[in-house]
Amino acid sequence: MAKEKAKQKPVGAKTSLLHHVKKEWKLYSFLVLPILYYVVFKYVPVLGNIIAFRKYKGGSNILGEEWVGFRYFRQFLTDPSFWKAFGNTLRLSIGYLLVRFPATLIFALLINEIRKTAWKRTVQTVSYLPHFISLVVVCGMVKELLAGNGPVNALLQALGMEKIAFMSEPGWFDAVYIISGVWQALGWGTILYLTAMTNINTELYEASAIDGAGRFKQAIHVTIPGILPTIMTLLIMDIGGIVTSNNMQKILLLYNPLTQERADIIGTLVYRMGISGGNFSYASAVGLFEAVIGLILVTSANFLSRKLTETSLW
Amino acid sequence: MNIKQSKGYQVFRIFNTVIMIFVIFVTLYPFIYLVAQSFSNDAAVGAGKVTFFPIDFTLETYKYILTKDDSFFRFYGNTILYSVVGTFISVAGTALLAYPLSKPKLRLNKFFTPFVVFTMYFTGGMIPNYILITQWLGMGDTIWAIILPGAISTFNLLLMKSFFTGLPDELEEAASIDGMGVYGIFARIILPLSKPILATMTLFYLVGMWNEWFGPFLYLNTRDKWPIALWVRQLVEGANNVDVSSTAEASSVQATLKSATMVLTSLPIMCVYPFVQKYFVQGMTIGAVKG
Repeated sequence: MAKEKAKQKPVGAKTSLLHHVKKEWKLYSFLVLPILYYVVFKYVPVLGNIIAFRKYKGGSNILGEEWVGFRYFRQFLTDPSFWKAFGNTLRLSIGYLLVRFPATLIFALLINEIRKTAWKRTVQTVSYLPHFISLVVVCGMVKELLAGNGPVNALLQALGMEKIAFMSEPGWFDAVYIISGVWQALGWGTILYLTAMTNINTELYEASAIDGAGRFKQAIHVTIPGILPTIMTLLIMDIGGIVTSNNMQKILLLYNPLTQERADIIGTLVYRMGISGGNFSYASAVGLFEAVIGLILVTSANFLSRKLTETSLW
Repeated sequence: MNIKQSKGYQVFRIFNTVIMIFVIFVTLYPFIYLVAQSFSNDAAVGAGKVTFFPIDFTLETYKYILTKDDSFFRFYGNTILYSVVGTFISVAGTALLAYPLSKPKLRLNKFFTPFVVFTMYFTGGMIPNYILITQWLGMGDTIWAIILPGAISTFNLLLMKSFFTGLPDELEEAASIDGMGVYGIFARIILPLSKPILATMTLFYLVGMWNEWFGPFLYLNTRDKWPIALWVRQLVEGANNVDVSSTAEASSVQATLKSATMVLTSLPIMCVYPFVQKYFVQGMTIGAVKG
């Protein structure tokens, strides 16, 4: 109904833009402060990337001293510690994605099979909880649980195994990072899938039941195709996030000099180089490189998804 | 519905229940462990005896935090202040932007919508942000450095925009015919109808602000301005830079202090979110369905 009315409107579409703004100035006035916010806090930093191409010294000229072109880019591209961080970023993000993505989907499918409403609600409420806890507390918990005399090691010993120094052995960092991440994200990640599942036409299930499909076949042939657009949308966004520093805060809280060789990612490198080390231009160059790769990844994933499944973010 | 209860399906349901119980246990255990530690004797914690229940149950740690050390209240108070002011600014800003963007008749939205959405995929990065806050805007060591940079989340904005788009136009048109202006319609028609999404936004921003540590970590030099999350971080990072008074009393609570502070930090949110759950699931749903 609302749609029909909207269709009648383009009568005024031919009036000039100035006239349109004058007529609707009250609605536009809502935008002033928020758009100003976006300009200052989102776009000015984008432009601030200029210092990646200029030699920057704090204090004097806020835009840097002089143009140096791609000097800082050449510098980090030949820096072994950059390539180590780059490799760690890919390994940790892709590993996390490969575990978390299917785990969330399977968990959603399993929750969907619960018939008792109260039990379903309980499972959901409990599984959302870790999403609401501060990263600082989550990482604190991880350290407590995995400590030398913590419960995980107590369990290992009870099973007749050796204690493991989880937090100081580089080889364990991936597992600690990935499992704690799944722990925090699992329940929250199911919300959109479960929503999409409730929107699937129940007739499809009835029809497939008549065809003799059991619950498992129904999940494969009805539920999963029904939520495919949701799966693709979330996958595109996750792929875009592979190199971006979403997880930088967590690594900053979890890593230490002993695990750094496996744990240092681009985000933590930028932090150490820039904020701690004061090499603002160098760190900006690394950050800009990361952001551009992230944009390329999300754009390609979006393009591929549109071609293959006709689902896309834009 | 006639679901065929085959043998296989029955086995699956038992298996499914077992998995769910396992997930619930794994999700809750870290919290149980933390709470048990916080009520235990420090020596028992140090010896690694605590697993499920407090050993030598004591309230000493909480008593110490709440009465002997005023830093807890200072940091907790800061967190409350930042969260309340920040959430108010964020929710107001998001609503103000989302409302006009949900109006297809506004022709400039062809520009404003992509302008806003672009920032989801490309941002300035840590260093330009740091320079902007500390040097260009001179907000270092102020509440604004923590609140303003993340004030509007574009993801939340899109959720709210879809909610507004879903509201019936007829109400606004009727109000407009009755002589109500744009501002009146927004305040007296739109906002009261938007309680579910406003509750969702409030929770999301409140949780974000309550848990925030990185902004304060970057921008707050004065320790007295710290939020509780930063205090927790310092406790967790180890005693090397914690200035604990050298009294025997202080050192006797050191190990349990961490757990108790973590419990107290998480408690308010753990108490609130189950009650708002209905709203945020609804909010996410609307946003996801409408895109």
